[in-house]
Amino acid sequence: MAQTIGSTSCEALIIGGSAGSLDVLLEIFPALRSDIRFPIVIVVHRKPSNESLLTDLLKSRTTLAVGEADEKEFLIPGKVFIVPADYHMLIEEDRSISLDYSEKVNYSRPSIDVTFQSAAEVFKDKLVCILLSGSNSDGVEGLKCVNRLGGRAVIQNPNTAIMPYMPQQAVINVKPHVILDSHDMAQYINKLND
Amino acid sequence: MISDVIDNEQVEILLNDVLENHGYDFLEYSPASIKRRIIRLYGLDNFVSFAEFRYTVKTDKQYFKRFLEEITVNVTEMFRDPSFYKSLRNDVLPVLGTYPFIRIWVAGCSTGEEAYSLAIVLKELNLLHKSLIYATDINPSVLEKAKKGMFPLTYLKQYSENYLQSGGLKDFSAYYTANYSLAKFDESLNSKMIFSTHNLVSDHSFNEFQLILCRNVLIYFDKGLQHKVFNLFDSSIEKLGYLALGSKESLEFWPKAREYKRVKMEKIWRKL
Repeated sequence: MAQTIGSTSCEALIIGGSAGSLDVLLEIFPALRSDIRFPIVIVVHRKPSNESLLTDLLKSRTTLAVGEADEKEFLIPGKVFIVPADYHMLIEEDRSISLDYSEKVNYSRPSIDVTFQSAAEVFKDKLVCILLSGSNSDGVEGLKCVNRLGGRAVIQNPNTAIMPYMPQQAVINVKPHVILDSHDMAQYINKLND
Repeated sequence: MISDVIDNEQVEILLNDVLENHGYDFLEYSPASIKRRIIRLYGLDNFVSFAEFRYTVKTDKQYFKRFLEEITVNVTEMFRDPSFYKSLRNDVLPVLGTYPFIRIWVAGCSTGEEAYSLAIVLKELNLLHKSLIYATDINPSVLEKAKKGMFPLTYLKQYSENYLQSGGLKDFSAYYTANYSLAKFDESLNSKMIFSTHNLVSDHSFNEFQLILCRNVLIYFDKGLQHKVFNLFDSSIEKLGYLALGSKESLEFWPKAREYKRVKMEKIWRKL
């Protein structure tokens, strides 16, 4: 399944997920290298009230800096940015963060499509987006856009997803760069550093 | 939504047209957000070319009304962030209650949900009779909706939960009557509201207030414009008055921030 990564380097990694994606994140995070040279953005659907829970959970499992994304904050290498509950997150040309409280997209805020699309326009072929487990089809349009602009669309193997619908939709509708089992995910991310 | 049908240069052309022909300045809005709104509208209204879209926005006054309403974000909620309203109720409004008269500005009020929430808290603290709420927005059509005080009934369950979590004392349904798909809020609430257009980008201070509420408006502005608006608020807040922002907004990095003191953990600051 492993494909060779082209010579283009990774300047940003965005990971999107919904129901069932937390388990994968908790599996990935302890295995990440501490010298990751690109920013990592996490877009996960969740209830607005569980504000800092996700951030705290991920923080406790990595030596990388983890924080909830603040508006106008710059994406910096080696830091993990969690998109806040109930906001969409966009990325500006200068690589700063814009938050947006507009209409839900795919019944979701944050929407994975919104961040994937916005990141694709800025990072183009230097972008890697991973779509994890979930039970709606948010993220699929975003991955199409990532593909069109030369970035890499990575999809969790639906057979390893607690909720296979979201990665399944992506596999059907998007030509993936690679499909990965959840336990191969951390190694794939670490290799993006080379 | 194809997210790259309009490029950054075209966005700038369009926004320059809007400024020249209609007098609204969006050039200091956060570029990624405004671009997304423009592309969204382009798709919603089935335009086939940028040239056609540009021409319509430039020349069609009726269409420009729609442009203005759709390009700005008008999503809002009653008692959004209940802990914020709890702090208004317990920490801020009782202090203002010691004044003979309370002037409040809800800047960027959209369809009015925050202004009505505020009026409900003031009423329960027995302060509404001596308060005046100035509710302003850039957009005249949302103000028309705000004046009516009618909100979709489907949202009321969520609003009622927010209200109770924020320390609300009554049965929330006491404040409205259900009318088909809408909840019409009690007229005693908007009897103390003044609605008016005001553009935070280009209009000046128009009064002095003890409390300014501007939540989830500044996230759409670039840093330079945010600081200009903070200066506008600063010249519109009395000494010891309060400024309240959205949950992800902050006075941090604004040069005069040290003249303000944060109220507990909420996004509320008091002018020293």
